[in-house]
Amino acid sequence: MTNSFIEFRNVSFRYGKDQPWVLKNVSFTIDSNEWVAVIGHNGSGKSTIAKLINGLLFPQEGEIIVDGLTVNEHTIWDVRKSVGMVFQNPDNQFVGTTVRDDVAFGLENRGVPREDMLKRIDVSLGQVGMSDYLLHEPHRLSGGQKQRVAIAGVLAISPKVIILDEATAMLDPKGRLEIMQTVSHLRQAEQLALITITHDLNEITRASRVIVMNKGEVWLESNPRDVFSRKEDLLQIGLDTPFVATFADELSRQGIKLGKQPLNHEELMDELWTYHSKM
Amino acid sequence: MDISFKNVTYTYQPNTPFEHRAIHDLSFTIKSGSFVAIVGHTGSGKSTLIQHLNGLLRPTEGQVKIGDYTLSADKKVKDIKELRSKVGVVFQYPEHQLFEETIAKDIAFGPENFGVGEEEVKKRVHETIHAVQLSEQLLDRSPFDLSGGQMRRVAIAGVLAMEPQVLVLDEPTAGLDPRGQQDIMNMFYQLHHQKGLTTILVTHSMEDALKYADHVIIMDHGTKYMEGKPTEVFQRKRELEKVQLDVPEIVQFLFGVEKQLGISIAYRGQTIAELATELVEELRSRNL
Repeated sequence: MTNSFIEFRNVSFRYGKDQPWVLKNVSFTIDSNEWVAVIGHNGSGKSTIAKLINGLLFPQEGEIIVDGLTVNEHTIWDVRKSVGMVFQNPDNQFVGTTVRDDVAFGLENRGVPREDMLKRIDVSLGQVGMSDYLLHEPHRLSGGQKQRVAIAGVLAISPKVIILDEATAMLDPKGRLEIMQTVSHLRQAEQLALITITHDLNEITRASRVIVMNKGEVWLESNPRDVFSRKEDLLQIGLDTPFVATFADELSRQGIKLGKQPLNHEELMDELWTYHSKM
Repeated sequence: MDISFKNVTYTYQPNTPFEHRAIHDLSFTIKSGSFVAIVGHTGSGKSTLIQHLNGLLRPTEGQVKIGDYTLSADKKVKDIKELRSKVGVVFQYPEHQLFEETIAKDIAFGPENFGVGEEEVKKRVHETIHAVQLSEQLLDRSPFDLSGGQMRRVAIAGVLAMEPQVLVLDEPTAGLDPRGQQDIMNMFYQLHHQKGLTTILVTHSMEDALKYADHVIIMDHGTKYMEGKPTEVFQRKRELEKVQLDVPEIVQFLFGVEKQLGISIAYRGQTIAELATELVEELRSRNL
């Protein structure tokens, strides 16, 4: 037995009989405390994966298992208790007129008693650093704050996995940083699996594992360091490497061999320093 | 077209409890034919600024000039329609505004609305579908059968079909994959030069501002915070940090090189490859 929390077994999906396959024979597992980034070109099937995990869509072929349950019409309500999703547009996910009401929404839907509800709202807003905004109107918050409230709404139902489906795409750099810090902090504080679906190359470097999708198929499953050492291949499938990897690539082309593929500025600088002092 | 803002203030819902001053005392000029990036955080006034460019908003105080058109509180532009045909705005996620049955009809909608003749509209539809690098064979298909990136191109073609002299781009790459982002920015850059446009790019990406713009305006709290050549403005790390903006990664990296390796390389807009060469030369020359 592995402690795989989500498993895709030979999953294929299309929207209709005469439509092209969006996912083709996709298999992978995600463990209960992993941070997995799913990347791929527009239309590669990334978001479909997210929708299949919590039963917004069902596959025509194959099987999806979440927390020991096969996802189908009968199990979706149980599955959704353990899967929290945050989408791209923060303005499309608000229902409450105050931050508190909004976070309460998911709890009310699940019939959580009032006392317990108030406590959970407090705790989850605290976890995303939004306790001071309890009575604020959600639509007046900044993009980053809105997405943090959306994450709090998801946290309140105590999920075992949180899926961020391009949740930072519409945010400014400060908003993106807020979300990444919030999410990193949560990963350390809670036992949570995290799936981030993203085009942001620097976001990917924080994940423990990367699933690269191409034309509906799993093209590569590896760690960020390995993924970003394949610049040429990534360009071929519409992706790219972040600045640090691109620079390291250029150095190696010019005959400077670094010890390892650097993932961030500190690592690149360390590698350069080592190289420099060895010369 | 030359564009100028002179002491412009804009207040939403003035004299009500909801009164909100989105921009204040904003002045700058944009020379005809330049490519200008406007950078700043959410809420810094960028969206309010660009809505003045085609007369969707009129300043509460001060004066906006776009070519021969003047916008001010007491003066309505007579030919607002004419202004709007000359200033094309590509809003965020423009593909959400597609609605016609076919791509050809969607592209034609703008110019038809501005009274352009049938033959001329046809000609423009064919020209612009090429300009956005899509196949003419798509013209009779529904825009909703396309991928997100292609739909965005169709929406952009619709703006180009009005043959604007000024092109305003509000976060045009949001939501696209890395190749899509690069392709669309390269396309705008080409169009800018081919058609001699004045291009105004609103972006969060310091990288894009650095790569494409010849002038950058940094907004903060509803007014201009800094402006200048991107290669110069983006060196001013401390000032940018004050308004919670980062310098581009490439500049950040050079600061690190100077601090940790004691090698100082001035940033003059080099490519990554050129910088790597300079750094390698520096490293080697030190160890001779």
